[in-house]
Amino acid sequence: MMHRGLSKRNWGIAAAVLAFLLLLPLFLPRFYVYQISLILVYGLLATSLNIVLGYGGVFQFHHCVFYGMGGYATALFLTKTGLPFVVSFAAGGVFAAILSFLMGLITIRLSKLYFGMLQISLGSLVWAIIYRWYSFTGGDDGIHGIELPDLVSSPRGSYYFTLAVTLLCLFVIYKILKSPFGSVLQGIRDNPVRSGMVGINVKRHILAALIIAGFFGGVAGSLFVVVDRTVFPDMLFWTLSLEVLVMCLIGGWFKFFGPMLGAAIVIALRTFVSGFTVYWALVYGIVMIFVIFFLPDGVLGFFEEKIKPAKGRAIADKG
Amino acid sequence: MLKIEGLSKSFDGFMAVSNVSLDVKKGEIVAVIGPNGAGKSTLFNLISGVLKPDSGRIIFKGENIAGLPSHAICKKGLSRSFQIVNVFERMTVFENVQISIMAREKMNWNFFTPSSRVLIEETMQILASVGLTEKKDSVCGLLSHGDRKVLEIAVALGGNPEFLILDEPTAGMAPEETGRCIDLIKGLCDRFGLTILFCEHDMELVFAIASRIMVMTRGATLIQGSCDEVRGNQAVQDVYLGGSEVC
Repeated sequence: MMHRGLSKRNWGIAAAVLAFLLLLPLFLPRFYVYQISLILVYGLLATSLNIVLGYGGVFQFHHCVFYGMGGYATALFLTKTGLPFVVSFAAGGVFAAILSFLMGLITIRLSKLYFGMLQISLGSLVWAIIYRWYSFTGGDDGIHGIELPDLVSSPRGSYYFTLAVTLLCLFVIYKILKSPFGSVLQGIRDNPVRSGMVGINVKRHILAALIIAGFFGGVAGSLFVVVDRTVFPDMLFWTLSLEVLVMCLIGGWFKFFGPMLGAAIVIALRTFVSGFTVYWALVYGIVMIFVIFFLPDGVLGFFEEKIKPAKGRAIADKG
Repeated sequence: MLKIEGLSKSFDGFMAVSNVSLDVKKGEIVAVIGPNGAGKSTLFNLISGVLKPDSGRIIFKGENIAGLPSHAICKKGLSRSFQIVNVFERMTVFENVQISIMAREKMNWNFFTPSSRVLIEETMQILASVGLTEKKDSVCGLLSHGDRKVLEIAVALGGNPEFLILDEPTAGMAPEETGRCIDLIKGLCDRFGLTILFCEHDMELVFAIASRIMVMTRGATLIQGSCDEVRGNQAVQDVYLGGSEVC
């Protein structure tokens, strides 16, 4: 937790992954590029959830509301106004942050499981409004075939745009979590009572974290519009929230890149297993059980534990 | 500095603290003693804002702080440590103290400076003053019990308090650790001019460092006075010490 920057080995891994992601569209078929884009979108969504879940200890059970809100905001701005793409895109994050603030004002009064239950109810309310409001949101049909500017309308263009935005967001989230704000947030996760005792206004701090998480969830929703050109009410249905929660757990919710890895595992499972059987959810469930029993710190937590001796040496070398 | 008048708190009809009065002057070390269940911890929870009192006043530096939330009380210069170690388990010793200082410096709204570069000196100073410098990078879940109790005090010190409440600072400590803790508490009072209110079962410790003692039983104040007064008081001997000679 006190590492100064990345170790040499981690830099190597990061560079390799980045090179792979950059070169990917040049040799992979379109279908896989699309899947990787989805992984980036869901990865960003899961990482944004993890700001409050893994780092804040908040049971944000219905995070997808902000994802859907971001998606719908961008889609509606693109189809109903003539504003430039950049404005429409930014509207996603901003509207999601506002919604997160309003919901947070109410949910913050409760804690732990009660917080989560209240959030599911309020989130379902938002879902119901979008699901029923045919004249404005398109109801259960959603909005399809959204026009995008040329730059991001080609498969390759949308992929690179998604990659760039995701990396930028991950960088900002990383900075925030490593800042005093992030440290205090982790303190609250470990011990809310003591945090109050050392002079932190716990509720206000959590509310700020909720707004930040909502914002980045909204950005992920806007990115989905760029990748898929559609929005639909299922984007903010609670089952998707559950799936994103599972991504955090599988990947490792105490690690920064855990949710990203979890998203990759879940999407890959869904894509490949559903090619063999319609019961892919069964396989998914079994994987989930194994992770909970054998890898309580998630897949990433498990592998970091495995390479720990090497890491310990690196720290010792540094002094 | 701290004056408590007629403080009461009941849980479902059980009077945990009833009509307690207490007076602590600046620079004093005052001990609260009493049998288990006398209401010592409840009293501390009321003062530090964990619980809200039913009635009564808590005057700290001329201001009634009864019923304020704990973070607001902390900002006024009153910190406390806990009987059962209550720290940030997944974080290192250094980070534990650092968070406490961050809160005091109102740094918790700083989003972009890496935490690893702020308040290093201040944190190290506190760690040095309690003797935890060498363990600064240990995750506190893995510390020995004695070190955790000391860390508990160090976290409270991060708020740069004028008034420190210690809830059984030596509970569960080995004898040699207790000695270290006595030196630490005395040092805090002498060197930093802290006013300290603490409760403790270890009578040796109480008589060694307290300037005055308050005895509680069944939620009420029995007596408040100097060590000798308390030692010689017949009621205290009956209630608390079962009639036997003290020490």
